[in-house]
Amino acid sequence: MSAFSRTERDALMERHPEVFSKSRGSLISKAAIAASTAAYFAFAWWFFSIGSVFSEGRWDIAGAYLADWVSYESRPDIEFGEKHLEVNFPRFDPAGKDPDPEWLLKERAVVERTVTIVEQTVSGGGSRSSSNSLLGTIGGAAAPSGSSGGFAPSNTDPEVETLRQEEVVRVVADMSGAGTIEIMPGLVIVTRGGETMIADITLDEAVTVRGALPEWALQKAPGAKVIVKFGFSGRAEIEGDEVKVRHRFLGWENFLFDTNSAFWGKSANEVISLIVSGERIDPGRSNLAIAWDDILNNSEWQHYDVWLKLLQTIVMAFAGTLLATIVAFPLAFMAARNIMPNRFLNQVSKRTFDFLRSVDMLIWALFFTRAFGPGPLAGISAIFFTDTGTFGKLYSEALENIDDKQREGVRSVGASPSSVQRFGVVPQVLPVFLAQSLYFWESNTRSATIIGAVGAGGIGLKLWEAMRTNQDWENVAYMVVLILAVVFVFDNISSKLRQQLIAPKQPN
Amino acid sequence: MNADASAVHGGNRLSEACLAVERHWRELAGRRRLYTWGGVLVLVLAMSGSLWFANETNAGKFFERLPYFFGFIDQLTPRDPLEVWRAFWNLPSPHDDGSLKFNYPEGRVYLTETLYVPEYVYKMIETLNIALVSTLIGFGAGFVLCFVAAKNLTANRWLRFVVRRFMEVLRAFPEIVIAGFFLAVFSLGAVPAIIAVSIHTIGALGKMFFEVVENADMKPDEGLRAAGGNWIERVWFGTVPQVLPNFLSYGLLRFEINVRASTIIGAVGGGGIGETLRLSISRTHEAKTLAIVLLLFLTIVAVDQLSAYLRRRLVGNQAFEFGRGP
Repeated sequence: MSAFSRTERDALMERHPEVFSKSRGSLISKAAIAASTAAYFAFAWWFFSIGSVFSEGRWDIAGAYLADWVSYESRPDIEFGEKHLEVNFPRFDPAGKDPDPEWLLKERAVVERTVTIVEQTVSGGGSRSSSNSLLGTIGGAAAPSGSSGGFAPSNTDPEVETLRQEEVVRVVADMSGAGTIEIMPGLVIVTRGGETMIADITLDEAVTVRGALPEWALQKAPGAKVIVKFGFSGRAEIEGDEVKVRHRFLGWENFLFDTNSAFWGKSANEVISLIVSGERIDPGRSNLAIAWDDILNNSEWQHYDVWLKLLQTIVMAFAGTLLATIVAFPLAFMAARNIMPNRFLNQVSKRTFDFLRSVDMLIWALFFTRAFGPGPLAGISAIFFTDTGTFGKLYSEALENIDDKQREGVRSVGASPSSVQRFGVVPQVLPVFLAQSLYFWESNTRSATIIGAVGAGGIGLKLWEAMRTNQDWENVAYMVVLILAVVFVFDNISSKLRQQLIAPKQPN
Repeated sequence: MNADASAVHGGNRLSEACLAVERHWRELAGRRRLYTWGGVLVLVLAMSGSLWFANETNAGKFFERLPYFFGFIDQLTPRDPLEVWRAFWNLPSPHDDGSLKFNYPEGRVYLTETLYVPEYVYKMIETLNIALVSTLIGFGAGFVLCFVAAKNLTANRWLRFVVRRFMEVLRAFPEIVIAGFFLAVFSLGAVPAIIAVSIHTIGALGKMFFEVVENADMKPDEGLRAAGGNWIERVWFGTVPQVLPNFLSYGLLRFEINVRASTIIGAVGGGGIGETLRLSISRTHEAKTLAIVLLLFLTIVAVDQLSAYLRRRLVGNQAFEFGRGP
């Protein structure tokens, strides 16, 4: 560039303007393409009302769902009593039945409380009317006593019973270093990153935060519930009657053994030694058999069912593609113009292929699901029908493009028509045919997942069911990992085989 | 297979070298036959095993269900062939008994007081738009990514590796999961379908694009480099003009695939014609089902033909090696 002087450059540009400035037509057409694309996107934005869909999207849930892929929550509820607390875990907590996890520290003390047994009245809170009162051996909490009176049931002759027993009086939840929640009757102290929030609880009524609300806490109205967030480690909802703690842990819980298994909660070493040399848990079976059984029938992860469905998907793709190959092979000869001179037959078979291909795989899948009931038969049939059309088209195109010399050579030595096809045509096209079939086998493994979701069997349906509940995202993640692994393996097998077939350019 | 047994043939003794050749040929032929038949045997076994397994785990057994299959076809025959026509155009039906089955006019989408779009045509337009938007998004993103993934344009092997793996994951990630996830976030509608199909398209087109770029002629690029062009100028003026026709051709091919994909995603809650079809089949509305199938069939044929015509104009016959992309 530096070889030119400025004046020389200008002179050149003047002499050949068409090289340096684009024609108006091309500029206009480029601008038109850009403008129409932009206009189309604007139209699509309006047509699908993307703006409102995005603003109405439940983004907060999206974060939790995504986190669910690789983590799980432990969800104890700590209920406030007048002078004590009650810690309840849900029935199917990942930590097993009535767990006592280390992160949830419980402090007990002997508490005396009166339990009022009430006959059911219309106005009262019925069963949850245990109003207490009592003596304070407990430290700390300046309980706003008596304020729960509003809840007292309005019956005439209450039976009062006094209980004196050990109860939980203080709970400290350690949120994996992100902070702590200290819960006492009438008081909740939340600490996160040096900041502390103190909330007074008016039993069954209100939550009052002392001072300003920290950034990580949320209260919609004074007295309403307070939501405290600890980022990934979880969150807690402080309400008038209970604190719901949601503590998130990284990992897939109980992946091998569920909480009902004898092997649950044991370290890998313990499990191995139990299997290898331990006492038989069930005298009828070896420990290994029990362990294997427990893994397969894990109620949370359903390994057996997932693998079975995955195998169905693989089988659907394999059997569907192979059947389509077998059926399309002879039909393609019929459709190829240079092989079958009968124009009518050509047209009939070509239009049949078009029909099979253009009635979408989805439609076939829905029809066959109706006919055979949900399961892999429907999937196989759908893939078979669609791909017979596709293969027929591709194969017949390949046949029409063959080199005629080989065929003539075989024919000139007086071979029978079938020998002409066998030795003059097939060696030329077989590698191409097989490569195409392999290619579709690979792509059908992916399609089989999707059509499974409409009922055509395989892992698609299982995936879909897991997603529908919105609670089993970790199972979804597990299945996705399996699918990705299978697709990856088949991709590689298929591309290796295809290279073998096509690369050594020697027909036959 | 045994070469020694045939040392004497027709009384003529063969030389040592000749015998060796014959022996090797026999071995080779024998091995070939063994592989062929072994392969066929493996395939037959795998096939029958697969079919047995599929039949065993299916809800209905093949031979038990076969008679019902034809009954099911009977179920799909409308009581009057004209019903299909009426369902298609949302015309009132003489069989109308107030049930969902014959309420064709209710589906009309009115543009003005009197002018309406038939329900299924409207749904089909929705599906086509899902496919078109996702193809455009995938085309744009794939266009940007492919140059970074191409060996001849990006020297940094780690960057290339990361971009390629990223596209591979986008491609292999089941669309249904993406759709399901966004259905949970956005509730039912077309947007989850658009996102799911777009994400898959980015990966699929990106892969095809970078393969095209790697086969591009590097001379224009060298010229630009010699003239001091930076990376973007080299790509834009040296590579893009030669690869653009192929890119457009792959984009069109992808559009064909995406029409089908968005129909399927629609059937699981992504809106459009897929959902309507699934509902109609499960409720045994014969005429409606047939009308939708007919519309879908015609649309797919039209899209395929149009795209084939445009692709032929763009790149000649070379883009027709496979019926559809990965």
